[in-house]
Order: sequence, then C-alpha cells, then structure tokens
Amino acid sequence: MSKKFVMGNEAIALGAIAAGVQVVTGYPGTPSTEVLENIVKHNPKKEDGTGAVYVEWSVNEKTAMEVGAGAAYAGARVMVTMKQVGLNVASDPLMSLSYVGVKGGMVILVADDPGPISSQTEQDTRTFAMFSKLPVFDPSTPEEAYQMAKDAFELSEKYGTPVLLRPTTRVCHGYASMEIPEERYENIPEGFVKDPKWVIFPRLANAAHKRIEERNRNMTAELSVYAGNTYIKGSGRKAVAAGGVSYAYVMEALSILGDDVPVLKIGTPFPFPNELAEEMLTAVDEVLVLEELDPVIERALVHLAGKKHLPVEILGKEDGTIPSAGENSVDGILAILAAYLDLPLPAGTVREEPPALPVRPPVLCAGCPHRASFYAVKQAMKGRKAVFCGDIGCYTLGNAMPLDMTDTCLCMGAGITIAQGIGRVEPDTVCFSFTGDSTFFHTGLPNLVNAVYNDAHMVAVILDNSTTAMTGHQPNPNTGKTAMGEVAEKIDIEGTLRGIGITEIATVDPLDLDAAVAAAKHAADLPGVSAIIFRSPCIALFRPDKMYHVDTEACIGCRKCLRELGCPGLIKDGGKKVKIDSSLCYSCGLCTYVCPTGAIRVKEEN
Amino acid sequence: MKNILLCGVGGQGTVLASKILAKSAMERGETVHTAETIGMAQRGGSVVSHVRIGDDCHSPLISRGQADVILAFEAAEAVRNLTYLKDGGTVVVSNTAVKPVTDALAKTDYDGQVMLDYLARQSVRLIVVDGEGLIEKCGSAKVLNIALLGAAARADVIGMTVDDIRHIVETTLAPKFQAMNLQALEMGAASV
Repeated sequence: MSKKFVMGNEAIALGAIAAGVQVVTGYPGTPSTEVLENIVKHNPKKEDGTGAVYVEWSVNEKTAMEVGAGAAYAGARVMVTMKQVGLNVASDPLMSLSYVGVKGGMVILVADDPGPISSQTEQDTRTFAMFSKLPVFDPSTPEEAYQMAKDAFELSEKYGTPVLLRPTTRVCHGYASMEIPEERYENIPEGFVKDPKWVIFPRLANAAHKRIEERNRNMTAELSVYAGNTYIKGSGRKAVAAGGVSYAYVMEALSILGDDVPVLKIGTPFPFPNELAEEMLTAVDEVLVLEELDPVIERALVHLAGKKHLPVEILGKEDGTIPSAGENSVDGILAILAAYLDLPLPAGTVREEPPALPVRPPVLCAGCPHRASFYAVKQAMKGRKAVFCGDIGCYTLGNAMPLDMTDTCLCMGAGITIAQGIGRVEPDTVCFSFTGDSTFFHTGLPNLVNAVYNDAHMVAVILDNSTTAMTGHQPNPNTGKTAMGEVAEKIDIEGTLRGIGITEIATVDPLDLDAAVAAAKHAADLPGVSAIIFRSPCIALFRPDKMYHVDTEACIGCRKCLRELGCPGLIKDGGKKVKIDSSLCYSCGLCTYVCPTGAIRVKEEN
Repeated sequence: MKNILLCGVGGQGTVLASKILAKSAMERGETVHTAETIGMAQRGGSVVSHVRIGDDCHSPLISRGQADVILAFEAAEAVRNLTYLKDGGTVVVSNTAVKPVTDALAKTDYDGQVMLDYLARQSVRLIVVDGEGLIEKCGSAKVLNIALLGAAARADVIGMTVDDIRHIVETTLAPKFQAMNLQALEMGAASV
C-alpha cells in the first residue's frame, strides 16, 4: 500500500487494473482521455516484459465499443473509454449489446462535461443509461471513482451486462492523495464459446427485453445497500438529495453553514436505489435535489413519491429552484441551501468594482499550422462566394476573429457532409470542408465516400498535423504509432483519397503560403470532389530551429500582421509598432508573408 | 486546512507549481486535493489550479472567500480571482501582464499596472514579485513558478519553507535548469 497523488482519471485506470482488466479500447475526448493513457502508463508487465493489458486508441467510439464487445464475448474483462458525445457514435453497438449481454465484465467509461467546458452538448449519460437500460455508476470524488471502477466490473460480470461508469469533468480532472493497494484480480478468459445468444434476432431481442427490465427492477434492492448509495440521517423535516460531484459540493456547503440536514447520496442513478430513497422520503416533508445536467435523481424521487403516495415536496430543476444548465459550484449550492434552510449566508468581503479585465478566449497557438491553412483559403476565396465547414478539433478555433474561417461545426466528421448539403442548395457557392487527420479516420472517411459516389461539388481540406492535438497528442492511423507505443504502418491519407476515387489531390505545406493559396484557388474551380492535404506538424511535436524578430526601422506600424492573423506571438510594442513575444513565437514565418515591408525577419545568431 | 489558489494564463506553469505544493504537503503526511484547468480552455485562456490541504475538505474546488492565499502568475488574473480570497488573505502576484490576442486586435491597451494598483487598494496582504525583471535576468519565463513559490514560502503562507523549495529544485530538476531556478527562488523570496 502506498500513497499516490492521482488524477480522477488515473484512479479509474488503477481501479480497472486492480479489477483485472485485460482489454481497453477508446477514442480520445475531454474529459475522458487520461483514463486510457493511464492504463498504458500503469500497464502491469507479463513475464516476457510486454503489457498484460491490450490497449488501443480505436479510430472511433463505435469501433472501440465493438472491439471491446468481442473481447468481452470471449470472457476478457474490458473497459471502453470515451466522452459523452462519443457515446452517440457508439450508441448503435451499445443498444444491441445491452440486449445481447457479455461474458467477461465490461465497463464503459463515459465522461460527462457539465458547463460544458470542452464539449458540444450538455447531454447526460445517466439518461443514456436509462435509455439503453444499463446500470450506471456516478462517482463523487477521485477516491470513489477508483472504488466504483472495481465495483462496476463485479456488477457487470454478475449480471452479464455492460455497465456504465460516468464521472464528470471535476472528478476526472481532480487530483487526490490516495492509498492505492497493490492488487490485481486474475481473470482467465474462457474464450469465445459458440452459442445462438451472440446473434441478435427479433425473437431473441423480445426475450432479452423482458429479461433486462426484470433484472433492473430487481436490482434496486441490491443497490439500496450498496456503499455508493447512502442516507445520512440528520435533523429536521427537510432533506437534500445529491449525486456526483454535487454531493461533494453539498457536504462542503453544509460544513460552511454548520447544518446537519439529512442527505441522500445517489451513486447509482440507474437502477435507482428505491428502497433507500423511500426511507428518506417517508422521514421528511421536503427534499431539495442537487445534481448537474438532467434532473435524473429528481424525477426518480418524484416517481417514487407518486407511486408510494408520499406527501413530499420535491424541489430541483423542474420547478426552477436550481439552474437547468451549466455546472454546479459550492458557491451556487451554498446560496441555494442557505435559502432552502433559512440560514444566513456567510458575509463575503465587499470590494470596489475591479477594473475591466482582459478577455481571454482560447486561440490557436502561436505557430499553429492551422492558422496558415485557414489564412491561405481565406486569401484564395477573397471576393468569391464560399462557405467553410469546420469540424471538431483544435481547428474549431479557426472560427475566432480575425480568421473567422469556421462557418459551421456540428459533430465529428460533419464538416464534409454539411458542405455537401449546402452545395445541393447553393450550387454557386464554393463549399470547403476542414477535417483534421484524426477526424478524417474517425468519421470523415465514409462521409467523403458519400461525396464522391453521389457526385458532390466540394473541396475537402484535410488538416494533417500528424497528431490528435486537442486532446493531448494521441496516436491515430496517420501517426505510425499505436497506443501501446509500437510502430505501425501509417495509413496513407493521399492513397486513401485516391482509393475512393478522388483524382485531384494537392499535398501542400500551408506555411508555404503562396503555394497554399494557389492550391486553394485551383481546387475551387475544379468539378466534383477535390482534396487539399495541408501537411505541417503540430508545434508540440518539434522545436523551432530559428527565431524571428521585427526590424523596428522597417516596421511602419500598420499592424496588418495583428489584424489579419490573430497570432498570440505578435504583440504591440507599447507604441505604434509590433514586436514578437519570443517566449511564444514558434517561427512558422506566416507573418513574414503578411508584412508589407518585410520587417519580420529571421534573427541572426549572435 | 489550507486553501491555495494558483492562477495565470495557459502555459505559464501553474500546474507544475500546484504539483510541487501537493507533493510537499504529502511528504508532511497531509491529505491533498487539487483541481486543474485542462483541455480547450488552456490555449491562451485564463487557468486556475485549486490546492486544498487537510482532511476536512469535500469539494475539489475552493469556494469564494475561502482561499488563504492566491498565487497569481499574471496581474489581471489575480484581480479576476480575488473573490476567492478570505478576509486577511495574502496575494502573491507577478507584475507580468500577458496581453491577450483580443488586446492586439482591439484599440484598448491592457495595462498590468492598473491591476496592481487596484490590488494595492484592497485590504489584502499584497506581495508583488518582479516577474518581468526576473524573467529578463534568468532568461526564461519558465522560472516564474519557482519565484512565486519562493515569495509565498518566505511570507510563510503555504506551509513550505524556502529551503523546502530549494530541496525540490536540487533533487527534481535537471542540472542545467538548477542555477536559473535557484536564482529565481532567491529573487522571489527577496520580494517579501
């Protein structure tokens, strides 16, 4: 036993390893990414020195889910990781897998992102659990996430069903000093045993539907005595119910207020621990429900109170007592609890109004090759009717001023297909899509097949920076490495495009701006589907070999570089002119093309 | 219980500083919880690390008016997060002003001195570290975290001493970075 300082996602990885996980698959997505990365980091060694756990970054979440399902059919303990919107991609196999079931324990780690802080939606995986009829664990701290990872494997194997583990951002990215026992359950997979139950058919689905509904009804009693669900008795006729990190906020707020109101903590929102909840509902007159995203606990309590004819008032999101969107905080919960319990709020310090603060929206890094790609297409399309359909990745930041080069962003791979749809209605518009290399393999590829086969008119730009940058540089089929660090044959993007029938393909370094502009101009006038691969590595993958500076004699203070590029490496020098922030500049040289007087030059070594 | 809030702009080194604080507290046998800004928000955005030391904390985040000390790598970020500081708390702030891209585009000039003047008018224990000067002298912006920790340690507000930090620099950093970090540590501590 040793005390370690671990991130919530690392705690989940360590819990899965302790539970004997043998196969882990996933697709990166904030805030889930570090779970799979920490399986790689802590992978127990076999006698021959190789990792005991097979780990892969799959091309997308559906793929990850299916590889995982196959391994679980063969009796292995499996974890599949993704963020909440990734579960949408994986929902096809998930829904059927719920009916078919598994042999080895299978835990699907889906991280939710209240706020949202780095996501397209505020969807709630607890609701997805109810929809797919799968049990879900909702940890409130990194410590509990470790325990729940282990418990989820036990429950999964006991009932032969996939189980969801749903932490939220604050649990995923919180760190705690924890005792981590040196333990690993040894599971010996039986192997795949042929059986009609692995083939989903209408008749089998009907029987499975009955079985899983009955199983979930029967599980509530078992979950009512599970340690992750607790009823902390207190004084008074008012109670609080909470789940996930909101439970931690409630306990913090109550310790500030000095109150001992009864608290129901829900660690398994589905199936709901009805028996435990009923104990609380019969003891109080009012319950305030504090949770993030959907009112899952609230509706379960309303449902239970109605069913049992209990005269309890239940307050939460549905009556507007707590906000229906966004993440909770101790401060927000403190104010709500103080009002609910008729307690005075602790007096805050009153200070004078602060001066106007600088706004810091996220921006493309200094030196990011995406800035050059967007700028090149923007220059090429000056004065023409064009639409720029973006996608998910760092390059979504191409929407920021002054680039303003992302007109649409929907979901992974959709830039390519949205461009097709717009082109069907506006044939006179040049429709560009922008897709990163990882997104291209994720879902971009079938969308491009669709474009070619159905004879769309568009320019597909592939932004190849040779990594999955936004989530922290995970390997993808374009990087030549696997999650386990082994060398793999790269899947050639250009060859892939040729293979699906695109004949006009230009591969250009976007930092060679003149060539990049010419490629975009040429592609815009071609019929059918043409492609441009803008290839230049992410700045995190190399160190610059030269430095640039602004010759203040030559700089005329026109600030065209600032106005057109929005690069954090270019700043005002205090007067009218511009200087380069040498701590940020990555020497991409894009600004040298923009400067009308050639004042930005390579700094000679002293 | 001790609550320490670190704030700055993505890339300034707040995460490393919070790790040093956590490691040191764990070596003293304390329970530690921290929370970090990760993901899209890091790219040039405002970042905050919450460090909570002690057995009796539930939430990973510090609530308003509960921070014993704010370590600010950037002047405006200190002002932005001042609401977290408790009465009589300490602000250790670098005089560095990181200009956002929005400033380069807009006509207004963000001035770090306005932020420092505002802080000086508040009833807080204010320690200003000459980050600009020490980055110039040490030749790297990467030393800011050690300098701020040095100032906070000398002010006796983070449960660590200047010697504790010197020990960490000497035992964990690569030899070629030690001299400049030790210089930053001394300069930071001398701000108090």
